[in-house]
Amino acid sequence: MGKKVGVYVCTGCGIGDCLDTRKLVELAETECRAPVVRSSSAFCLEDARLIRDDVEQQRVDSVVIAGCSSRVNAEVFFFKPAFVERVNIRERVTWGQPANDPETQSLAEDYLRMGIVRAQKAAPPVPYQEATERRVLVVGGGMAGMAAVIAAAKAGFEVVLVERSPRLGGFAARLHRQFPKHPPYRDLEAPAVAATIRELEQLPGVTVFTSSEIEQIEGQPGRFSVLVRREEGSAELRAGAIVLAAGWMPVEADVLAGYGLGRYPNVVTSVALEEMAAQGRIVRPSDGREVQSVGLILCDGPEDAAHLPYGGSVSSLVALKQAMYLREQAPSATVYLLYEDMQAPGLYEYFYRRVQEDPGVLLSRGVVRSMGEDSDGGILLEAEGTPIGGAVRLKVDLLVLSTGMRPATLGPNGPGILNLRYLQGGELPTSAFGYPDSHYICFPYETQRTGIYSAGAVRKPMDLAASAQDGAAAALKAIQCIEKSSAGAAVHPRVGDLSYPTFFLQKCTSCGRCTQECPFGALELDEKKRPVLNTNRCRRCGICMGACPVQIISFNDYSIDMLSGMIKAVGIPDEFEEKPRILALACENDACPALDMAGLRRLQYSAAVRVIPVRCLGSVNSILIADAVSRGFDGVALMGCRPGDDYQCHFIRGSELLRRRMDNVRETLDQLALESERVQVMEVTISEWEQIPQKLAELDEIVARVGPNPMKGF
Amino acid sequence: METVPAAQRSILIVGGGIAGITAAVEAAEAGYEAIIVEQGAYLGGRVAQLYKYFPKLCPPYCGLEINFQRLRKAPGIRVFTLAEVEQIVGRPGEFDVSIRLHPRYVNDRCTACGACTPVCPKDRPNAFNFGVGTTKAIYLPHEMAFPMKYAIDGSVCGFTECARCVEVCQYGAVDLAMQPRSFSLQVGAVVVATGWKPYDAGQLDYLGFGKYPDVITNVMMERLAAPNGPTRGKILRPSDGGEVNSVAFVQCAGSRDYNYLPYCSGICCMASLKEATYLRERNPNAKAHIFYIDLRTPGTYEAFSKKVREQYGVSITKGKVARVTEDSTSKQLIVEAEDILSAQKIQVRADLVVLATGIEPSLEPGKMDAPIVLDADRFVVSRGTADGIFTAGCAAGPMDVATAVQQATSAAIQAIGALQGAARR
Repeated sequence: MGKKVGVYVCTGCGIGDCLDTRKLVELAETECRAPVVRSSSAFCLEDARLIRDDVEQQRVDSVVIAGCSSRVNAEVFFFKPAFVERVNIRERVTWGQPANDPETQSLAEDYLRMGIVRAQKAAPPVPYQEATERRVLVVGGGMAGMAAVIAAAKAGFEVVLVERSPRLGGFAARLHRQFPKHPPYRDLEAPAVAATIRELEQLPGVTVFTSSEIEQIEGQPGRFSVLVRREEGSAELRAGAIVLAAGWMPVEADVLAGYGLGRYPNVVTSVALEEMAAQGRIVRPSDGREVQSVGLILCDGPEDAAHLPYGGSVSSLVALKQAMYLREQAPSATVYLLYEDMQAPGLYEYFYRRVQEDPGVLLSRGVVRSMGEDSDGGILLEAEGTPIGGAVRLKVDLLVLSTGMRPATLGPNGPGILNLRYLQGGELPTSAFGYPDSHYICFPYETQRTGIYSAGAVRKPMDLAASAQDGAAAALKAIQCIEKSSAGAAVHPRVGDLSYPTFFLQKCTSCGRCTQECPFGALELDEKKRPVLNTNRCRRCGICMGACPVQIISFNDYSIDMLSGMIKAVGIPDEFEEKPRILALACENDACPALDMAGLRRLQYSAAVRVIPVRCLGSVNSILIADAVSRGFDGVALMGCRPGDDYQCHFIRGSELLRRRMDNVRETLDQLALESERVQVMEVTISEWEQIPQKLAELDEIVARVGPNPMKGF
Repeated sequence: METVPAAQRSILIVGGGIAGITAAVEAAEAGYEAIIVEQGAYLGGRVAQLYKYFPKLCPPYCGLEINFQRLRKAPGIRVFTLAEVEQIVGRPGEFDVSIRLHPRYVNDRCTACGACTPVCPKDRPNAFNFGVGTTKAIYLPHEMAFPMKYAIDGSVCGFTECARCVEVCQYGAVDLAMQPRSFSLQVGAVVVATGWKPYDAGQLDYLGFGKYPDVITNVMMERLAAPNGPTRGKILRPSDGGEVNSVAFVQCAGSRDYNYLPYCSGICCMASLKEATYLRERNPNAKAHIFYIDLRTPGTYEAFSKKVREQYGVSITKGKVARVTEDSTSKQLIVEAEDILSAQKIQVRADLVVLATGIEPSLEPGKMDAPIVLDADRFVVSRGTADGIFTAGCAAGPMDVATAVQQATSAAIQAIGALQGAARR
């Protein structure tokens, strides 16, 4: 394909004082044979017009701008329909390297060569567009699920709600009262559940299936096929995106046996007490007598018998709430509430204080050490660690265990909630706590299954009000996914990306690695065990491209051929010049911004380094490292983010997978009798750009120690 | 849909912190327009000033970078910095908003080349570092400022009498004659995400803030630890630049106290646990001690609390700090507290004392004339606001980043629902 490349060399922001930009122009014209080459100090200002004119009148279809980072002026350097490649000779060259130095000049020239190769090899992406279903499926009809339905319907979308039980409302329908959410935040409120059900039932475009379960889900965002198991037989429906709001369950009773649950009739869980309160009367289960003294204890932390790795703000608040129930019912009753730390964060402090003000509620730090039953069914407690010191003995008519919350996905029906017909498994991948894994701080709804968003207590422990917000929020993600899928565009984090991987299947060896390594379960296998892409599940990270041992996976605008071409475009001085060259393949989301900021702070680092941005370190195929080494690079830096439990990779596992591939790379280098330490995986944190010069200097030192790459010149 | 008035597809987002940014990108990616009005010179708000997030101990810049990429790519987002909403009137689908733009004195032609700063003769306290250190009067707010444009602090600039930046700027980007101006626009819905400010530790004289330079606040600790902070990430004693071998964290410095902030600020226990790791990772022998009333680490955060206490050797004492004094000879700080569990008064010496000051709403009463309801603490009451106006993040109450993102995403779709409702009307 003949591409018409226009090269625009900026001389502003100090570039012209640092570099011989005439030489860059000449290089573009002669060596790279670009038909249009211009130079100016104001391409980001008035002279943007020159580029636009070239695109419109001279039919330049690939614009290469050698100037600032692509992280600035993105809105200016946008020349539809041309492909735009930004060659960063400002932050990465001019601002960090000595002016008018041959190595600085050579760095800029290499970057320009690489950029022109990239522009020449990039084909415009052709969006994958097929008919999309604009219907949202919500799984679970509790507060979060109902809020998702209402929010999606109000935003103009059709919604189907599938609820396992015969009625809507979930756990919320069993509540007597909910926590205070309105100023002065002191009074319990009637649960919003009845009003929510009424609102939902009146909305147009909402279909509710109760007593129903998901039998299976096939397909991809925009085109999910869903089988619903109903009492009257299976129903089939199609959906564009899914909200998982399956709720939570209390920790199992046997876990709480240590507190006498199941052994002593007057030991109950907070769930049982809530039901008694909702029915109107709290009594002793053993004899139906009104209670005069009640113990409330929190059993949900890691120190507790429940052994959950987490506690709950919810269980503390539940205990406070239930203390109020008991006091309202029997004003002469005494309530003892024992806790380790009262989790009443934020404005819930006012509610805590309200309970503290009640002389009939005795709140104390304390841990139950032993317990028993007396002859009339009363519960005897011995608590330690109270502020008054020593052991405290209590006798209560009723003991209430405020239990922790576990996601429904960990429950008996957990493995069969979504029933995805995905090679990588039927449910959402989970984190250490059993909750759907995500970047739960910044991007909490992004699960590892595109188009399926979790909400409410199945996502993390949360109360009713938070669940309602969460359900609505997940509905927005579902709507976005439908909109983007219908345009053939990616969702988070490469939002709007129209490219997607293609597979040259004639050469596929059916090894299945791409399918296994995709963090999003986007790939299935055909009958010959070759990959089949579900494009709308794909996040366009390129991890499959990095994984493929026979290099048959590529994107129109991102490929091994392109990256390899960029590597080969770098001029490698011969071994006698004593000018080492290091290739850095750097994650464009963390390492590249860090490199930019190093430039902004005018930090100088090794001029031997040639940086190629990659979508994710996981997209780096081992062959690129081999290419670099056989080309004569003396070292390779693979710059990416932190792997492990607290991983930062926006594609979940990219930097981890790259590290695994490195074992093979080292083996290959060893076979070639090349020092494998020439290739280093470098953890670069976006905010720690100050460390970059040192980290690269360490690689320089290794290269100096092991000497020039003996492959140079071959 | 194309026939609805533009206002009925746009949402005003008041505040450009993590909640505002999230609400804007989430709405825009569903096909709506968002107008962010941010009071400061850059987007990112408080989170841009944090060194790490709890509990992942990851840098906030990482998520901000992705959000800025999303902002750049979303066609429907407009951003106004150094801007304030003066008034909102109307109803869902047709709110009239008046906005006041404060002069930046630097226009959009700025390329962030930085030629202006070396010639600027005036210094100003570095607001990004909570007043620690200085910047020039013409400054880039921080390394990931969005927009990546300089700004001039009009309170210290010498203006036309100096104008050296004007001479040196090759792009005509400095405009010292820039005046404040107001304009109005129409939107269909509003998200109030005006955020928070750190409680003024100067109110807490018994804790020695302002009296002893080595008593700092938790937000200052974030800047001390940040690689782009005043000490380039070294945690040193502000008084003499000496090494810090012991730190004491005073929880509820102002919060949960009717004399100051009656509510719990929600995030400070996790923040102190996190900040204890900052010191320990730099100085593994350093001692960190947290004084608390309740260690509030709700939900899965409990696991982080356990990890920090076990792996980082952070010790904790249940008890409120009575006062902080200084040993007049050694200049070490002395923290006096009651250990509730042993019912004894204890004293702990520390090189550095960090006050876990809380969250106060940023929105000043009467500043924005809008049909919103504030509670006694000046937080925006979610369901007390007029139809079509929603709130998210710390404008609504103290909360962590994850919850602010949750609320912001929720507020975005509520706003979309209001737009759709108005369009059907």
